[in-house]
Order: sequence, then structure tokens, then C-alpha cells
Amino acid sequence: MLESEACENTNYNPLIVAFCCNWCSYAGADGAGTARKSYPANIKIIKVPCSCRVNPLFVLRAFLRGADGVILCGCHPGDCHYTSGNYYTRRRMKLLMSTLSYLGIEDGRMRVEWVSAAEGNKFSETMNSFAETIKSLGENVKLRDLRCKK
Amino acid sequence: MQKIGVFVCWCGSNIAATVDVAKVIESVKAIPDVAFASDYRYMCSEGGQDLMQNAIREHGLTRVVVCACSPRMHEATFRKAAEAAGLNPFLLEIANIREQCSWVHKDKEVGTEKAIALAKAAIAKVRFNSPLQAGQSEVVKRALVIGGGIAGIQTALDIAEAGYKVDLVEKKPSIGGRMSQLDKTFPTLDCSACILTPKMVDVAAHPNVTIYTYSEIEKVSGYVGQFEVDIRKRARSVKADLCTGCGVCQDKCPSKKTPNEFNQGLDNRSAIYITFAQAVPKVPVIDREHCLKFQTGKCGICEKVCPSKAIDYTQEDEIITQKYGAIVLATGFETIDLTKFGEYQYGKSKDVITSLEFERLTNAAGPTEGHLQRMSDGKQPKHIVFVSCVGSRDVSGRGKEYCSKICCMYTAKQAMLTREKYPDTDVTVFYIDVRTPGKGFDEFYRRAVEEYNVHYIKGQVGKILEQGDHLLVYASDALSNSHISLEADMVVLATAIQPSQDAKKLATMLTASIDNNNFFTEAHAKLRPVESPTAGVFLSGVCQGPKDVPETVSQAGAAAVKVLGILSKDTLATNPCVASCNERICSGCLACENVCPYGAIGGEEKTVINLNGKREQRVVSVVNEALCQGCGACTVACPCGAMDLNGFSNKQITAEVDAIC
Repeated sequence: MLESEACENTNYNPLIVAFCCNWCSYAGADGAGTARKSYPANIKIIKVPCSCRVNPLFVLRAFLRGADGVILCGCHPGDCHYTSGNYYTRRRMKLLMSTLSYLGIEDGRMRVEWVSAAEGNKFSETMNSFAETIKSLGENVKLRDLRCKK
Repeated sequence: MQKIGVFVCWCGSNIAATVDVAKVIESVKAIPDVAFASDYRYMCSEGGQDLMQNAIREHGLTRVVVCACSPRMHEATFRKAAEAAGLNPFLLEIANIREQCSWVHKDKEVGTEKAIALAKAAIAKVRFNSPLQAGQSEVVKRALVIGGGIAGIQTALDIAEAGYKVDLVEKKPSIGGRMSQLDKTFPTLDCSACILTPKMVDVAAHPNVTIYTYSEIEKVSGYVGQFEVDIRKRARSVKADLCTGCGVCQDKCPSKKTPNEFNQGLDNRSAIYITFAQAVPKVPVIDREHCLKFQTGKCGICEKVCPSKAIDYTQEDEIITQKYGAIVLATGFETIDLTKFGEYQYGKSKDVITSLEFERLTNAAGPTEGHLQRMSDGKQPKHIVFVSCVGSRDVSGRGKEYCSKICCMYTAKQAMLTREKYPDTDVTVFYIDVRTPGKGFDEFYRRAVEEYNVHYIKGQVGKILEQGDHLLVYASDALSNSHISLEADMVVLATAIQPSQDAKKLATMLTASIDNNNFFTEAHAKLRPVESPTAGVFLSGVCQGPKDVPETVSQAGAAAVKVLGILSKDTLATNPCVASCNERICSGCLACENVCPYGAIGGEEKTVINLNGKREQRVVSVVNEALCQGCGACTVACPCGAMDLNGFSNKQITAEVDAIC
């Protein structure tokens, strides 16, 4: 399907993987739940101890398997439970993003956000806005490798 | 072949209302290796745990997935239950189908579909879980309490009374905190000093307590049971062991123009000063910024007049390094800055003051020796207006969105005491709501209205103007829906409180999280209200959220009990989710060593069997499991994939990704 067609197809439901660090963002997601702040159901969360545990290969793997967007959430800079983990994340993901754009993957398909344990609202708002972005970008066709599904 | 058991919780209707539990069971049963699947109304209850334990035993389950609430809630509960049934607790995973599914998706079809997807991801992960054994780490039997207000004092006393050593660190020259500035306390009208100072003396005299005043936390490292802290003990320029606290130095000090912080700047103090009469320790400090000796090199009067030769201009800051098993944060609060609230003329008119300044004005040890008088002309005010919610419950962005909680009560107290002492003074209170939940609180407020004839007007003050020697207060009267203006000689602003400025700095040092308002976040709002999410770090007093004195004291005791729960153990089970190196493929580049924030990784020359099955001698990475905290930074830095993280291995996370996508 062409991207433009995907935009027009209102039933298009992008698949989004969200990596959340245990201490801030996963707790923030719990906070969104407790406050009943909804976000699209096609966003699935994977818990990691720290955002710095996310290997860029996991992100690429998700794209290969057909994810339309990947979002990585960690503690705010300076607030990392492991002191400096999110600084590694910031640098690594910056590199990954430039690699992605080199590959021709649209800006915005991969995002890094800082969400604290107290920011349930922000978690939900971030997820909604990311889902909107991905919806407007359409399906990930560039990296999807259909052989992976088999 | 594995035998995976899946247990789906209804959580009453919390999950079952938006997730078709039967359908989830049906779907997971179709997955290979799932040997058993069942649901229960409350999996965390005794019945639910029994169900799981029986299934583990009867079906010989080798892995378990519980689809329920957040793992932050009950992962420990279920792991304990699994362990009791003979399964290694780390062979269990949680699929969070409540917080991340049923509570955020209203449509049952959508919710069910997502719950199935989350269950599948957890099943995919759990296949690769390996049995882990928690190690043991020793507990240093000493606690650190940061902040010497009533919260810190009470926590320190309770820990000390139980027989453990505790260090109390206070930034100011004396312990006592905000409570020492208050005149009377609601709702009993006890004199604040009379109930606080005996506690200050008790804590100072306690053989198990060491107090570091005029000191700050410089550095924190380590983890629960084994924190290592650097305390900067600032130079007092006075030898505490020689000083008798006679106070001659401060009387003779020629530099007397420094705003007195203890009196909220309403009067001045000398450069060498004792904070207040009952200060603990009663040892002055030299404020070097305002001391003539330090600024100009001339003076030295205090040294000459000191009868015990205690003055020491050469004293330097001292760094004390100490190990602790647990840390309590009791950093308290301050009032917000009112510069954005120009309409109240605060800072422009001397007769517009904050309620904390009012406390000092009415306190016998305050700048006016307790005589209520205007700061502009020294006259006794005949009409006082109190304005509540100044900066509290403020959604305009100028103040704080939260309720400061204590203002309604202290405003009633201040109004009542004014009317009692000066019956000819007219007192009006403007309020949005009067909130008085608490034992004896509403009765207290009603006494202010009914017995003391304090005028309460529901409405907000919009503007205050200076007119001649008095103030004109413009306000709305919400009940009569009209605008009113009245004359006042003094206006008292019930100013919002906010966490101490140091909270953010400490949060970073301790990796304890804070919320948008810089209050420390508790591990669970209801069930773990005095614990921070960081193990071994506890919260006491207003640093966690607005509180009055009785609430602070009870929370302080609760924090002490949590500390004792740690100090009373000789060892603690460590987190087994630590990094491990596959020596066979490790190239010995040590990229991992560079990124480890804990210095837990080092290179070691070892004899290893390489991938070709040959024995060889080379440098490989070795993880010190006691130091590793399990962040996983090294796993990503490792170019050959030798470094992996227990509990969150490459295989586990990849399996989750594959299951979702």
C-alpha cells in the first residue's frame, strides 16, 4: 500500500512498540492507567530496567517485523535511576536516528521521550501525539521484511 | 519442552469489565507450551495464589505468566507465591493488563485484543527466563537523616531509640526547622517552641545520634544497605567544643545589618550569630559574607571578646565520609516567591506580610517581642485582612496547582489569636474554601467564627492598594455576588508552600524521583507512602507533600520503622538481575567497563574455552555482582554481544518484540 493511500484509509491502525524504563516511564504509564488517561491500544509497552538497556538492534528488529513506529521513554536527563543511563540512550539513539534517515526511514518513526513516574498525563499525551504522527506517516514499508513473519 | 501456566486475573471488574477474560484464556491455550491456563476473580488473594500454587505442583509447570495489574504492584507477591510452590521466583512474568490495558481502553473488543497481545509477549519472554538466585549483601547498621526539622528530628529519635546509630544532617546552623519559627500550633494552641525544643534537646543528647549542623550532602553512592555519603561540614569559624554559647560575640559584633533569616528578614542580625535562643547546638557561626574580618581583614572583635577562645578564623570546611544502611529525606519546605503576585503589594508595602512573617511578629522571641505592630510605623493594626490561597490552587501558572493544606488552619489560628490578644482589632478572612479535615480542626475553625467573631468572606482578593497610611483591599464576595472594598492596616498572605530548593539536587544525587512540583515521589501513593522508589531511601514530612505537624510526626515515625526494617537485618537479598559476561565470546575490549556507572566491570586474565572449543588465555570482562545494579548500559556497548542482562536478556527482549510485531 502506498503511504498516501494509508493516510486516506481511516481504518489504518499503526503498530507501535514503546520501550519504557522501569523507574520513570513504566511507572508513568501505570500513572496514566490509574488516572484512566487513554491512548491508542495499538501501542504495546516493553519494560526495560533503564532506557540504556535498549539496543538499537531491538528497534531495528521491531521495524523489520513490521512495527510502524518505535518510541523509547526514559527518565528526564539528570533523573536517571542509574545516574547516567539516559545520557547513553540519548547519544545512541541520536546515532540510530541518523542511520534511520540514511536508510530513508522518515523522521518521526522513531522517537525518544522523557517521562517521569509522576507524569501519567504526559505519558498519555506523548503516546497520543506519537500515534498521530505515525498515522500521518502511514505504514512502514521501507524496513518491513515479510520473511520475518514466517 | 516447557510447561507454561497462564493465570488471568479479573481484578473484580477492573480488568473483567473491559477484557473478555474467557477469550484471553482460549487464545493463550492455543499457544504451544502453554500447559495450563485459568482465571480468577482476584489472583492476588489467598484463593488466587492457592490456585496458582496447586497448578504449579499438579501440572509440573516450569514457567508462569500472570496477566494482572502492574508488576510494580504485585510482581513480588506472585514471585513469592511461586517460590513457595517450588518454582524459582524469576521464572514468572507479569503481563500488565490492568494499568496498560483495561484502565486505558474502554472498548471491550480492543481491550481483549490488547490483553491477548500482552499475554503473548509475556509468554514469549518467559520461555527464555532462567532461574536466578539472589545474592546477599551486608547491611551497614547506621542511618542518615537529611533535614533537621521536626520530621528529621522525630525520625532520628525513633531510630536511635530502637538502638541504632543515626546521623542527622541539617543545612542551617541549628536544628529545629520551620516549626521553630512558629508561634503557636493548631488546633491545641500549644506553644510551638515548648513542644519542639525538648525534642531538639533529646535528639542532641541521645547517645545514638550524631548531629551535623551547617552541613550539606555533597555526594551519595552505593545502594540499600551500603550507601556511602560525603557530608560537607561547613566551617563555622567557631570551635564548637570550646564555645559556651554565651553570646557575647554576637552582642559585640559591629556588623549588624544582615537580614535575619530566622525572623524572615523582618529585622537584622550580626555577622556572627546564634540562630535563635534555643538553638541546638548553641554555637554561633560567622557568616563570612558579611563579616568585616573576612571581608576587609580588619575587626576581629569577636575573637577578642570571646571568653573561651573559641573563635577560629582559619577553620575550613570538612568532608565527612560515612557509610549508611538507609537514608531518610526530611528536607521540608519554604514559602513560594511572591514576585509574580504584584496585585497584593507584597514587597512594596511593609504592611503586607506573609503568614510566616506574621508568626515571627507574634512570637515573643520575634523582632517585636510578640507585640503585633505594623512594620511601617510600629502602630498596632486595628483591622487585619487575611488572604488565603495565595499561590495555592492556582491554575494561572503563577503559583502552585495543589492545596498547601495547612493554610486554612493556621489562618484560623492567627485570626483567633489576634482577636484574643487584641479584642479591639477587627479581623477579616477572605477564602475560596475553608478546608478543615482533621481531628478537632473544624471545631477549631468554628470557634474562630463563632466565639472570636472573625469575619469570614468567601471571595478572592483581586487588588490591594496603598492609600495614605493604610491599605485598600478590593475583593469579590462570592455569596452576595458583589464587589467589595475595605480598609486594612495590615494584610497577611497565606502563602503557598513548596519543597525546599535542595530537594531537586538531592533527588539527583540519590536517584530518588520527584514530581512536577519537586515533591519527592513515593513508591506507591497508598501502600508505600514513606518509601521512595529507590530501595533504602525513605521520605519524612513535607518533602513528600504538604502536611501539618501531627501528620509529619506520624510519617516521621513510619519512615523510622521502614529504616529499622533494614537495619535490623544483617544481610539483604540483592537483585539477581545483573549483567553477566559470556566469556567464550568476550573479546576483552572492555567497552563495557567504560560505560558502567558503578565501576562493577573490570578486565581479568582468564583461561577460557573459545568458540572453537580451544583453551586460551586472555583478558575477559568480569562483572562484580555485588556492585552491578542491572541498568544494562554495558549490554548495548558490547560489540560482540557477550554482555547480557539477567531478567532482561537480549533473547527475552527480542522475543517480546517478535511477539508484539
